[in-house]
Amino acid sequence: MVKIAVASGKGGTGKTFVSTNLYQTFLSRGVDIALTDCDAEEPNSAAFFKYEETGGEPVTQKVPVIDLSKCTYCGKCQDWCVYNAIVILKERKIAKVLDEMCHGCGACTVACEYGAITEKDMVLGEVTKYSGKDKSSIVEGRLKVGVYTPVPVLKRAILSTTANVAVLDSPPGTSCPFIHTVNASDYVILVTEPTPFGLNDLKLSVEILNQMGKPFSVIINRAGLGNRDVHNFLEREKIELLMEIPFDKEIASIYSKGGLVISEREDIADKFSYIADVIIDKTRAC
Amino acid sequence: MKTVITSTGNTLDSKMDRRFGRCSYFVLYDSVNESIEFIPNTNAESVEGAGVASARVVASKGAEKVVSGEFGNKVKNIFDSLGMHLVIIKEEKSIGEIIELLKNNKQ
Repeated sequence: MVKIAVASGKGGTGKTFVSTNLYQTFLSRGVDIALTDCDAEEPNSAAFFKYEETGGEPVTQKVPVIDLSKCTYCGKCQDWCVYNAIVILKERKIAKVLDEMCHGCGACTVACEYGAITEKDMVLGEVTKYSGKDKSSIVEGRLKVGVYTPVPVLKRAILSTTANVAVLDSPPGTSCPFIHTVNASDYVILVTEPTPFGLNDLKLSVEILNQMGKPFSVIINRAGLGNRDVHNFLEREKIELLMEIPFDKEIASIYSKGGLVISEREDIADKFSYIADVIIDKTRAC
Repeated sequence: MKTVITSTGNTLDSKMDRRFGRCSYFVLYDSVNESIEFIPNTNAESVEGAGVASARVVASKGAEKVVSGEFGNKVKNIFDSLGMHLVIIKEEKSIGEIIELLKNNKQ
C-alpha cells in the first residue's frame, strides 16, 4: 500500500479539502483507494461522502489498578512512573492512579514487588469504517474527549486501512500526531497559505520532514491572499510547488456545504488530476 | 498548622505565583512556631504532570492548607482525597502580606 499524507503545520489551511478531493480524483479513475482520517481530535472527512458505516472497534490502552490489600505504600511504582500518573502517600495510606496521565507503558507492574498492580483496559477512542459503492472506503480515527494524545488512535486507523493507495488526512501542528502520521506515509503533501502564519508553520513542517528524509511538495491554498513570502521561501529552498488553489468565494461556499469542489469546478478538477498524475509518477502508486 | 503558599521568588516581598504546579517556589509556613521555609519547585519544568508531582510535594510536607491562584482538576482530585483546604487568591499579593492574613486568620 502506498500512503500519501496530506499535512500542514498551521490548522485550517485546507488539509481536509485537499484530502477529500484528491481521494475522489483517484476514485473516479478506478484506483483501489482509501481515505484515512488521522485528525482524530476532530475527524470530519467522512462528512463529505454519503457512505454507510460498515464496522468499527474501540482503541484501548492498559492502565494500572492498585490492590490496596496487597499495597505496602513503598512508592516504587510512583518512582518508576515518569508520567506522574501514580500518587503514593505512605503516611496517609493513599495509593491513587490518575488514569488520564497514564501512557500505558506498564513500568509500574514491573516495579511492584508485592503483586499489587494489575491492569485494566481504558478506552482512548474508536476507529470506524465507512464504505461506499465499489471498493471505496473511509477509515476514521476518533479520540475520546479528554484523552491526552490521539497517537494510538490514529496509528490504529492507519493499520486498519486496506487499499492499494491511501490518502492520510493528517492532524494539524508539528508535534507527535503529525510526526506519527507522516512517518507512516511514503509521500507528503504540505498544504499552506500565503500568510505569515502559514509560512512560519510551513518552515517548521519542512524542517521536520527534511530530518525524517520524507519526500514532499507543497500546495498553496487561498493563493492571492497575503503576500509572496511563501513563494519566495519555496524558490529559495528549491521545494516543488504542486498547485495553487485560488482564494475564491465559490470554492469556500461549496466546501462549507460539504460538497466536493472537483465535482462543480472543472478548473479545480484539472488541477487535482495533475496532482494525481504527479503522485502516481513519484510513488509508482498504481 | 502548616500552610503552603506558591511563590514567584524566595523572599517575603516576592509575589504569590498564580500557578500551582509550575510555581517557582513553595513557601512552607508553620503557624505554631511561625517558621517560614522556601522550597524550590523542581517540577516547574516538567513536560507533563507538574500539578500532580507538586501536590505530592505539598502533601509530603504535612501541609493542611494550600494558597495559590488556581488549581487544576487532577490536583483538586488528589487534594480532595487528602482533605486539603484550598485557598484561591485572585488579587496580586506578596508572600509577606499573605502570611499576615494567615496570622490574623482572615484567610
